[in-house]
Amino acid sequence: MLEIRNLTVKIADEDKQILNGLNLTVNAGEVAAIMGPNGSGKSTLSYVIAGKEDYEVLDGEILLNGENLLEMEADARAAAGIFLAFQYPLEIPGVATMTFLKAAMNAQRKARGEAELLTPDFIKQVNAAADKLGINRDMLRRPLNVGFSGGEKKRMEILQMALLAPSMCILDETDSGLDIDALRIVADGVNALRAQNRGFLVITHYQRLLDHIVPDTVHVMSKGRIVRSGGKELALELEKNGYAAYSEAA
Amino acid sequence: MALITPLKTAAEQQLVEQFASIKAELPGAGAMRKLREEAFAGFETKGLPHRRLESWRYTDLRNLVREAMPLARRPARPQAVTDRLALQTIAGTRYVTIDGIFSPGDSDLAGIPPGVSVRGLAEAMTEAPDAIAAAFALPEVARDDSALMLNTAFAQDGIVVEIAPGTEVAQPIVLLSLGSGASEAAIVSRSLVKIGAGAKVTIVELHEGVGAAPVQLNHATAFIIGDGAEVEHVRMVTRQRAETVQVQSLLADLGAHVSFDSVAVAVNCGVLRQQSFLRYGGEHSRAALRGINLLRKQEHSDVTLVMDHAAAHGESRELFKTIVEGEGTGVFQGKVIVRQHSQKVDGSMKSHALLLNDGATMFNKPELEIFADDVVCGHGATVAQIDGDQLFYLMARGLPRPQAEALVLAAFVGEVSDMVSDEGVREIVSREIDCWLGQRDGAPKPGAA
Repeated sequence: MLEIRNLTVKIADEDKQILNGLNLTVNAGEVAAIMGPNGSGKSTLSYVIAGKEDYEVLDGEILLNGENLLEMEADARAAAGIFLAFQYPLEIPGVATMTFLKAAMNAQRKARGEAELLTPDFIKQVNAAADKLGINRDMLRRPLNVGFSGGEKKRMEILQMALLAPSMCILDETDSGLDIDALRIVADGVNALRAQNRGFLVITHYQRLLDHIVPDTVHVMSKGRIVRSGGKELALELEKNGYAAYSEAA
Repeated sequence: MALITPLKTAAEQQLVEQFASIKAELPGAGAMRKLREEAFAGFETKGLPHRRLESWRYTDLRNLVREAMPLARRPARPQAVTDRLALQTIAGTRYVTIDGIFSPGDSDLAGIPPGVSVRGLAEAMTEAPDAIAAAFALPEVARDDSALMLNTAFAQDGIVVEIAPGTEVAQPIVLLSLGSGASEAAIVSRSLVKIGAGAKVTIVELHEGVGAAPVQLNHATAFIIGDGAEVEHVRMVTRQRAETVQVQSLLADLGAHVSFDSVAVAVNCGVLRQQSFLRYGGEHSRAALRGINLLRKQEHSDVTLVMDHAAAHGESRELFKTIVEGEGTGVFQGKVIVRQHSQKVDGSMKSHALLLNDGATMFNKPELEIFADDVVCGHGATVAQIDGDQLFYLMARGLPRPQAEALVLAAFVGEVSDMVSDEGVREIVSREIDCWLGQRDGAPKPGAA
């Protein structure tokens, strides 16, 4: 489903290279976890897949179901099925959450040549998804993410993921800033979306999140490359021994 | 002894000749005529405002007005004026000037609400020149302004609105000023709005150009607001020819316990100077001046304001949002003065601008002059580009770039338009904003969202 080959990336206005020939495959139905120390390039990887402009791709390719994502703007990647749950969701004052959700859903439908949602159907879908995530109506009436707590913002990300039904979900440190209860709600939300035709890339520092979202594969990232891959037991090993060995190996 | 003769520009010389030839025909005898002559004498010594004056630094009127256009005469009525008058955009009663001249036939004189009186300024000046001359008095902080001197000298007509004390006017009173654009002309007008104690009203000024010819426009609206009155004021300057040069002055004298909320919107404004002079004459009054300026091509909007806290316990709020693209220029110069005896004043002034491309310009100059020691005053000014992170977030959810930008920009100015409390007026303001955003290159077509 998602194939990353020899991805080499630097920050656009600097010489600093962040990703150094990274290779990674995530299959449909698979939940892949990426773990690694601070500064190993995990967030950069998520941004580059989603199409943030601050980076320059020097080499390599990213394919989603055979389509080259690097040739598309961020909105086209979203329409193709990429969804990035942000580590720090942006506050957008003045944009009502419901207005935004409807605009996003309809923009993607339009890009796929589907008819726009009727308002009653839209409201029904949002309310149903919001109820599952414990998002109350008052939050939906506020401007997007403005004044939301850390937990509320993360739940709003998962709400968007549920509504947009992407084929490839990337979760960038979704556990950061969450208490145990919020973590469970978010993890339950993600688990509910696990499906045969959908892949997940879960980026995290800690084993903790992977207790709730159990991965099929675990990859260790260091200095801009995947340096080891394994099953879910690899996460436990990392939790026990730390990343020191990989920092030196890379 | 050498005689010093100040050099006049061609336009200034033309204005001298115009005033000499027309002053006998201008309405208002007695005190009014005297006031006009004094004002013009003041103008003669100062000339047109120019960039070496700090308050006119960014709008060099002397340079912008090379030729003084002839004073507007009652125009033949082009079809465009008739068409525009057929549209009633805001629910409320409407009073019309065409090229600055009051048009009773187009005004809703039969519908004037109880407790309200509306008449033409020329008529009022003829009937009661002394009273109108008194109402023409400029606040201290505006007395040096030679654009206002010209306005006093030449004002041909306008609208006088009086609201009796205690009157609550349910629907907005709309003052529609149409520039016919039938020929190049100078339009000089003033409106007076006198609001009695405890009255409550919304006054909307719409200044629109409909024709092809550019004009030189100098309009002032003066509010005299009685104790305890609640006033909402919205002014929209729209649909102006690019070459039109316009000065819009807002004068307000606030009594005690007054609430005054003003929103000024400039869209397709040509070259526009918007200057406001507010005087807090009584204690415990609050005023808010807010504005939206949407500028493109070579458009220019200069917002210059002076809040004169001449009484204690006053509150002032200013919030201006400007979006500039193309080679447009935005200006914000705000000055808050707190007089020595005016303790417990609470002032906050903010100007925020977004520049959408390299050629766009914004000047921000907030100033505080505080002579009292127990006050809370602050200001903030920012100039930025569209937040790239916000844009990425929206695009990562599937919104194409133009739609994502439109959403961010609408939200940016929406903070101000949302403050218009009259729903019908707010809708007109929003429509104007959406229309401007829709005219950006690559903007989404309506209904795309």
